[in-house]
Amino acid sequence: MIEVSNLSVSFGSGEARRQVVKGVSFVVGKGETLGIVGESGCGKSTVLRSLAGLDRHWEGEIRLAGNAVDRERSREQLKLAQMVFQDPYGSIHPRHRIERVLAEPARAMKIGDGWSRVAPSLEQVGLPANFAERFPHELSGGQRQRVAIARALMLEPEILLLDEPTSALDVSVQAEVLNLLSDLREERNLTYVLVSHDLSVIAHMCDRVLVMKDGAFVDELDKGALEQGQTHHPYSKQLFKASFL
Amino acid sequence: MPAPETVLSVRNLAVRFGRSKLRAVDGVSLDLGTERLGIVGESGSGKSTLGRAIMRLLPNAAHVEAATLDFDGKPLLTRPEREMRTLRGNRMALIMQDPRYSLNPVLSVGKQVAEAALLHGKIGKKEAYAKAADMLARVRIADVERVMSLYPHQISGGMGQRVMIAMMLLAKPRLVVADEPTSALDVSVRGDVLNLLDELVRENNSGLMLISHDIRMVAAFCQRILVMYKGRVVETLTRLDEAQHPYTRGLIAAMPDPRNPVQRLQTLDRRAIDALEARS
Repeated sequence: MIEVSNLSVSFGSGEARRQVVKGVSFVVGKGETLGIVGESGCGKSTVLRSLAGLDRHWEGEIRLAGNAVDRERSREQLKLAQMVFQDPYGSIHPRHRIERVLAEPARAMKIGDGWSRVAPSLEQVGLPANFAERFPHELSGGQRQRVAIARALMLEPEILLLDEPTSALDVSVQAEVLNLLSDLREERNLTYVLVSHDLSVIAHMCDRVLVMKDGAFVDELDKGALEQGQTHHPYSKQLFKASFL
Repeated sequence: MPAPETVLSVRNLAVRFGRSKLRAVDGVSLDLGTERLGIVGESGSGKSTLGRAIMRLLPNAAHVEAATLDFDGKPLLTRPEREMRTLRGNRMALIMQDPRYSLNPVLSVGKQVAEAALLHGKIGKKEAYAKAADMLARVRIADVERVMSLYPHQISGGMGQRVMIAMMLLAKPRLVVADEPTSALDVSVRGDVLNLLDELVRENNSGLMLISHDIRMVAAFCQRILVMYKGRVVETLTRLDEAQHPYTRGLIAAMPDPRNPVQRLQTLDRRAIDALEARS
């Protein structure tokens, strides 16, 4: 579903130029959930933003659903992968009603007006249809994150890119949102790439985990290794130790 | 476990806001010795309000009532604001969640920490700077000279929180209230910050109140845990496996555990918890 080869991203120019992602390659199969874990500043969100088409100065090759995508994406390419951001307080326009928030992707992509699909999409993420009339500040954090997920699914993408989707939420609400994500994955056969610094969330959701440090992957762990806490690199060992006090 | 010395003693503390009848904190009683006490609950459970009520940092609209609220053997509620000001930061300290918001963005790190020393120590400027530098070295900041000249936006979250701890513990307070001190931080630095906090609190022989929503972290770190739900303490634990209350059990089960993988995470059955709470 996703093939990335030799992806590099740099910011700044001249003296201050810094390579944030250093030629990483990975493959994600259809229906698979890949986790990327690492501390802040290691470049994990940048990888995700490049996949989503939000950062446009990457080098290398990204193939989504078998086709290479351009830096400037066409509408068709944008529809393939959608993103859910970390902070539901920041990612939803504070002065738009929920119906407008949800209709926006369809309107931007010029596929119908989107309004008619607001109610079913709210129900699909477990919210009552009358929430469409509300403003974001009338919703709790968990409800807002559900709206963000509903919005990402409006274009019916095959890939969902999740950037720390639960780190702004309470543990009890986190469980609800993670369950919702698992259900949606099963229903729609979605492919996820999940970025987080929380190993326990990653281990719960993912089939495979890549450990990132300073812009490169240093370790790859599968489900069995995660359960037993096996690691192949001192950094991932350290991360394991820090995560489970 | 009765604490050897009582730092803080609270009986029947209640907090209301404005004209609302709803009690954000409802009949909380606790004793804190020179130990580590954890307060756990979801957002809205009143755990932060409790911490702020003890520090008397709630806005005027809040009505705080308590049968007893004694700090170091003397009542807190009747003290004038003037006295509270000398207590706060000196004898009792609050460490807040996000160093990005709790540090002053227009003062350099060194100046801020020195200011804390200046205010509480009755010492000169030079001495204050020296004391600040010592304290920053204590919280394991490498290259103290350089960091002191930096501004809060130039340092990382973990470093910011260590600066915050240095500032707050400089006066060797008797009571430290840490309100989600690590939730804005990366997992990899979380352990360091907690260990540091523990080390300094032990050294000063003070009481630590750790407020967090992460029950497992609190359990690993604290000697006693109070679980709060809707403003009330529903359970006091010393170990997680003693949990009896469905709310506590729900909170534990809601956390993904890689050593016991499950298909679906358990979510809180709020109706059952409310029904149980209504009966008691």
